[in-house]
Amino acid sequence: MNFDFSEELIQLRDQARRFLADRCPPAVPRRILEGPEPFAAELWQAIAEMGWTGAAIPEAYGGVGLGRLAVCVLAEELGRAVAPVPFASSVYLATEAILLFGSEDQKQAWLPKLAAGEIIGTLAMAERPGTSDPRKLTASVAGGRLTGTKLAVPDGDVADFAVVAVHGGNGPWLHLVDLHDATVGRETVPTIDPTRSHARISFTSAPVDPLPGATEPESVRKLLDYAAVPMAFEQVGGAQAALDMANAYAKERFAFGRPIGSFQAIKHKLADMYIQLELARSNAWYGAWAVHTDAAELPIAAAVARIAACEAGWFCTKENIQTHGGMGFTWQMDCHLHYRRAKLLGLALGGAREWKQRLVAELRTRNTLGLQAA
Amino acid sequence: MDFEDTPAEAAFRAEARAFLDANAERRKPGSVEGYRRGQDAPGAMERAKDYQRRKYEAGFVGIHWPVEWGGRGGTQIQNVIYNQEEAKYDVLSSIFGIGINLAMPTICTWGTQEQRDTFLHRTMRAEIVWCQLFSEPGGGSDLAALRTRAEKDGDDWVINGQKIWNSGAHYSDFGILVARSNPDVAKHAGLSFFILDMKAPGVEIRPIRQVSGSSHFNEVFFTNVRIPDHRRVGPEGAGWKVALTTLMNERHGMRDAPGPDVTELFRLAQEVELEDGPAIDNAAVQEKLAEFYTRSQGLKYTKFRGMTALSRGQTPGPESSIIKVVAANKLQDILSYGLDLIGMAAATMGETMPVGGIFEEALLYSPALRLAGGTDEIMKNIIAERVLGLPQDPRADKGIAFRDIPTGTRR
Repeated sequence: MNFDFSEELIQLRDQARRFLADRCPPAVPRRILEGPEPFAAELWQAIAEMGWTGAAIPEAYGGVGLGRLAVCVLAEELGRAVAPVPFASSVYLATEAILLFGSEDQKQAWLPKLAAGEIIGTLAMAERPGTSDPRKLTASVAGGRLTGTKLAVPDGDVADFAVVAVHGGNGPWLHLVDLHDATVGRETVPTIDPTRSHARISFTSAPVDPLPGATEPESVRKLLDYAAVPMAFEQVGGAQAALDMANAYAKERFAFGRPIGSFQAIKHKLADMYIQLELARSNAWYGAWAVHTDAAELPIAAAVARIAACEAGWFCTKENIQTHGGMGFTWQMDCHLHYRRAKLLGLALGGAREWKQRLVAELRTRNTLGLQAA
Repeated sequence: MDFEDTPAEAAFRAEARAFLDANAERRKPGSVEGYRRGQDAPGAMERAKDYQRRKYEAGFVGIHWPVEWGGRGGTQIQNVIYNQEEAKYDVLSSIFGIGINLAMPTICTWGTQEQRDTFLHRTMRAEIVWCQLFSEPGGGSDLAALRTRAEKDGDDWVINGQKIWNSGAHYSDFGILVARSNPDVAKHAGLSFFILDMKAPGVEIRPIRQVSGSSHFNEVFFTNVRIPDHRRVGPEGAGWKVALTTLMNERHGMRDAPGPDVTELFRLAQEVELEDGPAIDNAAVQEKLAEFYTRSQGLKYTKFRGMTALSRGQTPGPESSIIKVVAANKLQDILSYGLDLIGMAAATMGETMPVGGIFEEALLYSPALRLAGGTDEIMKNIIAERVLGLPQDPRADKGIAFRDIPTGTRR
């Protein structure tokens, strides 16, 4: 039994934590929240220079070749810091889509630039409120041209290209599209978490470069499975930061002549946060094992990691505000940075409800629990 | 990152399996008998003692104890591996848990050589069965508030008072007892720890009928019971420290809650027919199933993290402190939801009910798992204080003599 990260990855995590404590204190996400910049460009550049954007990209394509576990470790620290950078879009989604489904030519063309942070990619998927089932998509490609509109594309206003999910029919379901093309219209939209900007993007006969490996709707699901694991780490990092904030406040804030952290109402609340957090962390680790080994049970591990992370992220960030009392609801305190981000991450890739349905469907299909065939 | 045994661990696991195959019946796949408390069956105690003796002779009792305690000198992970394997067989080793896991480590840590010589090997081979005499009507979560008196009389201690929640006291040979030897000092300072012969004159054992209707624990009353001073464990007045050794061993175990889990709930959801077909096809049911599955997996992988530490010869991290409270609550939530799926019919008990009737049965014993060995509330205090470093509650009983502490107990 060796269910832990290697020394090398633990060092990477510690190094990332120190770096972000120094370069991404709460003043950085707050600057993006309150100002006109869509993301922290100087932080993004520093991250790219350290090789984080190429962590999972093989050295042959200009990456560092540390693998997906390294991305998980970094994601947790970015979540803790509420980092306002397009890391999830560019790394968990765009880079992963090319790694999973791209041709050799596409890998050579895109991955070195993604690794260097020279370009930013994203996934354009949602079209309307409700399900994110790829079979319900209406954007489509005909004669090498894409038509359709995507809502709430994360970093859609700053990305250079998008992996666009379409109703592919018999052709590919994922396509690379240059967002600087004249046929692409994009408009920044207000979001629940302005530290991560989003855009509405319309494609009018936009030229596409199809990802040949993405031959079926399940390919889109597979991409979401791979992305759900580092996303779970990012959520766990955010939940941990919220618990740490609540813990520090409970020790310094006095009421009725004693620290509020000495009241069992607060102690048990924080213990419940810790319980949710550690369950989510354990499930995220299992997901990390599954993406690292390309395990057959990845759809189950990813769903479990996702569901637990959504629950922990929501619970810890809302109870952090509650622990802070009225102060927690002020603009001035940082509680809302985590609260906004936790829900945003819980919605990206589809909400927990969809992942629960998918988990049970996978368990039945695979007969993991010795069930009769559905 | 992997889930495999090291070669040494795999070899030990094979050794454990070989012993178990030769000495116990493997539990049938999908069987629910393991959930039933088999201690009351005719001949169960004799069979359990026979198995324990063979386990001792094969060197699987005290696996991780040092050799000078009579143990194997093995590792914590070997102990976990043996317990994992043993759980797949139909054996009743829990009867010996108090003696092996609590009394012996406490006596070996604090006791005299004479006490070790008298009790150690006889306990390991099941010649002596132990019970724990700690909690009282007025001292449970606040254990140090206990009032049972121990008064020195020559070379003896004279015990008067009452204990409660004493599992197996009715079949035990000896008990580990904490009593108040000095009420004039602060409450933690006036306790002493003893080994009590349960057959001594003045010991009266009355079974307590549980919610489930059976009686696995008892009240024990002491009227002028004499304990020779050489059966005191640790210094006079150090009983609290000695008891902490016992409690650490009790809470240390990464214990799960036996009973219906997600596998049984999924089986139930397949068996039960709802308005629109099998429950498992219903979207609302699926959502609940997914939540329970996620919680169950979270628990499993949290235990794997603890096992990884043990495998490296380290102490499990603070995350292991969540296991008991999560497991006990998960059990109660799962059984309640399962009964809800069964609906009106779930009022009926018995093996003809879905999944062998374990949901109905677990309803009646599951409350105990949130109480025994530290209530949910105490476990959360431990997480808050020892893991998160939050301050203790202010105490109304601090710095005053025990006899002056206000008390109130419902009888």
